[in-house]
Order: sequence, then C-alpha cells, then structure tokens
Amino acid sequence: MSTNDKHVLVIAEHDGQSLNASTARTVHCASRIEGEVHVAVLGKDIDSVAEEAAKIEGVNKVIAVSGDHLADPLAANLAPEIASLAEDYSHVLGPSTTFGKDVMPRVAALLGVNQVSDIMSVEGERQFKRPIYAGNAIVDVTVPDGVKVVATARAASWSQAEAGGSAEIEKRSATTEPPGHTRFVGLKAGGGERPDLQSAPRVVSGGRALGSSENFELVFKLADKLGAAVGASRAAVDAGYVPNDMQVGQTGKIISPELYMAFGISGAIQHITGIKDAGTIVAINKDPEAPIFEIADIGLVGDLFSIIPEIEEQL
Amino acid sequence: MKILVGIKRVVDYNVRIRVRPDGSGVDTDGVKMSINPFDEIALEEALRIKEAGNAEEVILVSIGGEACQQQLRTGLAMGADRAIQVQADSHIQPLTAARALLKVVEKEEPGLVILGKQAIDDDNNQTGQMLAALWNRPQATFASKLQLDGDKATVTREVDGGLETIEIDLPAVVTTDLRLNQPRFVKLPDIMKAKRKPLDTISLEELGVSPENDIKIGQHEPPPQRSRGIMVEDAAQLLKELRNRGLI
Repeated sequence: MSTNDKHVLVIAEHDGQSLNASTARTVHCASRIEGEVHVAVLGKDIDSVAEEAAKIEGVNKVIAVSGDHLADPLAANLAPEIASLAEDYSHVLGPSTTFGKDVMPRVAALLGVNQVSDIMSVEGERQFKRPIYAGNAIVDVTVPDGVKVVATARAASWSQAEAGGSAEIEKRSATTEPPGHTRFVGLKAGGGERPDLQSAPRVVSGGRALGSSENFELVFKLADKLGAAVGASRAAVDAGYVPNDMQVGQTGKIISPELYMAFGISGAIQHITGIKDAGTIVAINKDPEAPIFEIADIGLVGDLFSIIPEIEEQL
Repeated sequence: MKILVGIKRVVDYNVRIRVRPDGSGVDTDGVKMSINPFDEIALEEALRIKEAGNAEEVILVSIGGEACQQQLRTGLAMGADRAIQVQADSHIQPLTAARALLKVVEKEEPGLVILGKQAIDDDNNQTGQMLAALWNRPQATFASKLQLDGDKATVTREVDGGLETIEIDLPAVVTTDLRLNQPRFVKLPDIMKAKRKPLDTISLEELGVSPENDIKIGQHEPPPQRSRGIMVEDAAQLLKELRNRGLI
C-alpha cells in the first residue's frame, strides 16, 4: 500500500481486556471518509481486543501491534508507534476521549501536521465540521491537499458502528523503543459502581437547590434506580455538595446522554453548554422562570424534595 | 529550576459567544478578554511550586499581537517573574505555537513547562502534547495533582475512567485540568509592581518559525438551537411522557 492510497487508520481505545465504546464511534466517523477503514489495536496480550475490533461493521482490517511498552495507555510510548503505522494511510483518527486527546496531538506533531479536533461531521474527504467555544460555534475546516489528516472524532456526534463485521487480523510486533521517561503508576476508577458520566446514556443531575451533600443522596438514589450517571451544576460543586469531577458544563464535562434530568438547576449558560447535545432534557425546578425551561423538552415546576421520591416510587 | 508557563488571550468565559452574521468568525469586538482559565491554573501551579522553594523563576510566554501584553501583565501581577511576548499577527495554530514554544524552551531550558489543557476559544487541546513530542520529553495532560520529587514528578491525571497516576522524568510538559488548584486574585499593589517587571518581545520570524500545514478555517455557524418543549403537572405525568418516548 502506498501513501497515495486513501485509507483511514482508526486508533482503538481499550483497557487491555475489552474495547472502549469510543472505538466503534470513531469507526462510524471513519466510514464516512472514502477508502478502507483499518483499526490499530496497540497493547500487550491484545488478541481478544483485536477480535472485538474485527467484529465492528465497516472495519476492513485490524492491525494488532503488541509490545511490552504498549501495555499502558502512555502517549509518549504509543505515539511513535502510531506515527510509524500512519505512513501507510491518508487519515489517522482517534476518539475524542481523554485517551485520544492525549495521544493524537503527539502523533500529529511527530507527523508535522495540525490536528482536526472533535469532528462532528464529515463534509468531504478532508473537510469537516468541528465545535469551538465549547460548542457555541461550529466551524468548517479543511486540511490542505497533500497533508496527512490527523483527527479525533467527537463522541457525542457519532453513534457506535454496529457489530456484525468479520475483518482479518494482522498481528505485528512493535517497531519502536520506549523513551523510558514516562511510567504508568495506576488507575483509580472513579464513581464506583455507577456508570461513567461522560458516556452514560442516562444522567441525573442536581443543582444548588439540593441544599447540602446529604440531600444530594436523593439524586444518587434516583440515579441508581434509573441506572444513570450522576452530574451536578457548577453551583452545586462550588457549594461543596459534590466533587468537581461531577461538574457538567463548559468548565466541567460536556455530555450528550439520551436522557438528561436536571433537578434544581437554574440553567446558567455555562451549564447549558455542557448539555445541549443531550437527546431529551428534563428540568424540574421550583422557579417557573428558570432559564433551563427555555431549552428543556419536558419541564416540571415544583419542589424537588417531594418530586424526586414520587418519581422513584412510580418507576 | 525555571518554570515556563504559556498563557493565551481569549474571550472571557462569561461572555456569550455570537457568530458574526457573515459567518467569518466569532464576534470579538469590544468583548472582554482574559487569560485562558486553564492557563491561569497553570500559572498558579507554577507560583505555588516556586513558593514551596522548588523553583527559582516563573517565566510567562504568550504568542499573539501586542494586545496579549495585557494578559502577560496580569500574569506578572499574579507573581510571575518575567514575560515574553512572541509577536504574531495572524491566527496561530497549535503546531506553530508548539514550534515557537520549543524555541523558547531551548533558550530558557526550563525544568517544567505548564500549559492549560486547552484554550477555551479554539478548544483544540493540542499544543502541550505537540510541544512534548517535538521536545521529545514526557507529557502529563489533564493534571489534577502535581508532586515534584527531585528530577521526577508524579502526576495525577483526570481521565474518563477515573484518576490515573503517572511518573515522569523532568524536564516535562504538564497540562492543567480544572481541579489542580484555585488561582489567586490579583492585588492592586501587585498590578503596580508588575509594570516594572521585564516583558520582552520577540517575533515568530526571529525565532525562525513560520506557520506550515495550517488547516483552512472556513465558515462559522451558530449551533442548532434547542427550543422550549412541554410542561407537565406532576411526577406521574412526567413518567408517562418518558415512557411514551421510550426513555425509561
């Protein structure tokens, strides 16, 4: 395969055991660009992850690259290997997750190109739309001819490509040496048993109106009944009810669940920015004038301390 | 050890963003401009490291037109020792910014470079990683905790799956997440003092950097607007509506 071939290489995200859902989303984005879609799985003992990737619809080939130094998701170790694989492709795509955001710009710099961050839509082989200003503006960007396209696919904009494929798997050994200056120590999973806020299909959020961290338990209980992740407004975080990693909004997490339920959140611009891609927004607030009702699909004016238990009871 | 901190002049995060009617960009006329919030966190972290006795000097760098001197002065008032403005008239993309920063790094030889994880205008989230790649040094992005230990650092990173910890050799590039610290407020006497601190200007050309492989920026448009939906009376109606829509 020469560099003139127009093929897309997707960098898989995984934890060594299974594939992250962001990979199938990125494949969906890649399939809108002309040419074959190949998925690179880099890691150590990755046979089962590679098999999983091979089953994604639209994938023509999986390249499984194994090496001891690829075992952990360290950008400094992965980027040189990805940059070397990239030689055979016109496009290299990663997910716009913290993994992809960490590693892909390092790849782009090694290849001497700028990156297209957060592709929302594919307008042409090298033309894309992406959000800027936390999604408050959408810009059309074009990568010049003859320049390799390195990009990340915005998770909220791409559903997962279906399963049902059966691509061939090509096994390779790593060709690069680890730089040795970066070492993985560990990962402490957040949120315990609850779904991850960034990727959960349902999110229940609480605002300052909850009044205390004890009262916030109401939101947690409802979320558990719904199998939902839990978020919070900046006001609730600033008031100390919940930790900052639960913050939804421009300066927190920008999310796009199918269902978003906001309890006691007034709807400051900075919060709305974080939820405006949600499928359905439900707002429950005491104040009928709260700005969140302007954008809510379903609104309910009332006291959340009686409404939350009622919802829970009737579920 | 020197610490180099990059700051970018951006539209203040409290400003409501408006796309110009002709789609040529975002309206910035007469709009309040500030230090990118994540860069402010980067500067705060550098100052704390210096105050703890682990660094001798905090150097600020910003790439942009003369106007960014305003943000550099604010950073000097926060406590940075000196500032460098890399004069650039056009809109600079991340790769060019990283190349320019690398030139400054080669000259200043800092033990640590701290940048914001992303600028809240372009939301690219690339420059720190690119600098680390070009410099061939470690990167620790999305840092929520930074501990120095001689020529090493232990960094906690806010990743989607939780909190990841890595150990890096210095020099290195660290990019900040929101939880790393709460930046200090600038005091009036410090603003006066900052006026006397050194601020040097050097152009991109003098650094030997020119933009390459720039992505062409086309039309801007506002995002699709959501509209007001329906109101329900009570929890029972709400659940009925959610069931009808297949959401629960």
